[in-house]
Amino acid sequence: MVSLAPSPTPRMISFSQVYKRYPGGLEALRNITLTIEAGEMVFITGHSGAGKSTLLKLAAAIERPSSGSVIVNGQNVGALSARAVPFLRRNLGLIFQDQKLLFDRTAFDNVMLPLHINGFERREAARRVRAALDKVGLLAKEKAYPVTLSGGEQQRLAIARAVVHRPAILLADEPTGNLDAAHAADIVELFKSFNQVGVTVVVATHDESLAARLKPRVIALKAGTLAS
Amino acid sequence: MKAWLWHHLDTFFTTLARFARTPVATLFNVGVIGIALALPAGLYVALSNLQGYAQAFASDPQISVFLALDAGRAEVEGIEARLRQHPGVREARYVSRDQALKELRASTGLADVVDSLAQNPLPDAFVVQPREAAPQALEKLRDEVSRWPQVAHVQLDAAWARRLEAGLKLARLAAGLLATLFAFALVAVTFNTIRLQILTRREEIEVAKLIGATDPFIRRPFLYFGALQGVAGGLAAWAIIWGSLLLLNGGLADLSQLYATRIELRHLSAEDSASLLVFSAWLGWFGAWLSVNQHLAQIDPR
Repeated sequence: MVSLAPSPTPRMISFSQVYKRYPGGLEALRNITLTIEAGEMVFITGHSGAGKSTLLKLAAAIERPSSGSVIVNGQNVGALSARAVPFLRRNLGLIFQDQKLLFDRTAFDNVMLPLHINGFERREAARRVRAALDKVGLLAKEKAYPVTLSGGEQQRLAIARAVVHRPAILLADEPTGNLDAAHAADIVELFKSFNQVGVTVVVATHDESLAARLKPRVIALKAGTLAS
Repeated sequence: MKAWLWHHLDTFFTTLARFARTPVATLFNVGVIGIALALPAGLYVALSNLQGYAQAFASDPQISVFLALDAGRAEVEGIEARLRQHPGVREARYVSRDQALKELRASTGLADVVDSLAQNPLPDAFVVQPREAAPQALEKLRDEVSRWPQVAHVQLDAAWARRLEAGLKLARLAAGLLATLFAFALVAVTFNTIRLQILTRREEIEVAKLIGATDPFIRRPFLYFGALQGVAGGLAAWAIIWGSLLLLNGGLADLSQLYATRIELRHLSAEDSASLLVFSAWLGWFGAWLSVNQHLAQIDPR
């Protein structure tokens, strides 16, 4: 089993009066103020275009806020130097709707990538990769290439890659977007188990039934503003 | 520290594996770099060989003193005595006009021409070995002796060596120019190779950036690739020069037998070989560095 205990320092995400305008005038987020405590599990809901993805991208320093401040894990994303961004991201586990798996390498090597980047020693890294694959039920397929995996398996592989380096925060953008209800439920169960060992989990989804099962805190977005 | 070392070793072997995966492309790239480096380096080898011979001759300068045709026996003896007593002269050998004609007849195969001459056109002469080989000392001695009575002409035999030296200087400049141009070509070849690699590995770079890879981490395999390709090109250039010299020396052996001398071209020295490899590695690294800096900034995950 993967142990995902975070370090004792409180980690959280806090947005304060955040605006995000894209070049061309599209205003994706307007006056967002919210706080996510360490160890919380939060669902961000809303229709497509409501600003869910932008919110996650701001938290992962993929985008910078146009105004307002975004604090993640004690660091101000807006003021972060390009050099510091990788080190912020190493505390995060990112899961994308399109998975972003590398198709020219095996499941094992895909999950190995974050550990390689973090400079883990080879044997320790291999042990962790197998533990993460076991956690998502893909240990038997470690030598398989992503093309040969089903949609649900690919998403689980992406989750294994996101958690293998034991991040404090897990950010998932539409993780069940391409999956049927049964597989989606599996994924949600996985998130729940990570949250139970202390990982802060933020899931953006348009699927309200997903939230209904777990009863997590829900942040609803509507046209770039907080609806609740 | 250990992890860091391991990572570098790992990058090294991954890069070697990447070469092995595209053997034909690698072979051609290394070949192009090898040829580009072999041309200036080969010219350098040729020049240093020529220079070796030029120095061998220049270190043993001779001054030929030709007397006037109407100089009599007493005057010849007077000049011989003056030469022998001169402090700048180590040795003076008298070559009489009859002896010179005999030598000309024997050595050049112009016997018929020499026989047909009504009288001996050659003057009496001395071959002088000076004490000092420095150009200024030689010129001073030449000027002094040429002012003596009955001395028609003084020939400084080191003059051609100095002309050769000047020519070599020009050739070295040309080699330097060629080296600069081909160094640029090497950088350009590496730049393009790395550009293509970055394009084909775009997705991987994007994902690595999202997962928290630093720029040096992403750059490293490309820099290794450039430097290793440069080293391989340097080795190819070395092999090309080595092979060419082997062939040329084979041909020269026949030629030198005919001339009853021993001519052999020397290969690059160990230091020169090492600097060739270091230089080519650096050029490859530099080309890769330029390319990575140029193209990596364009890959920004969204």
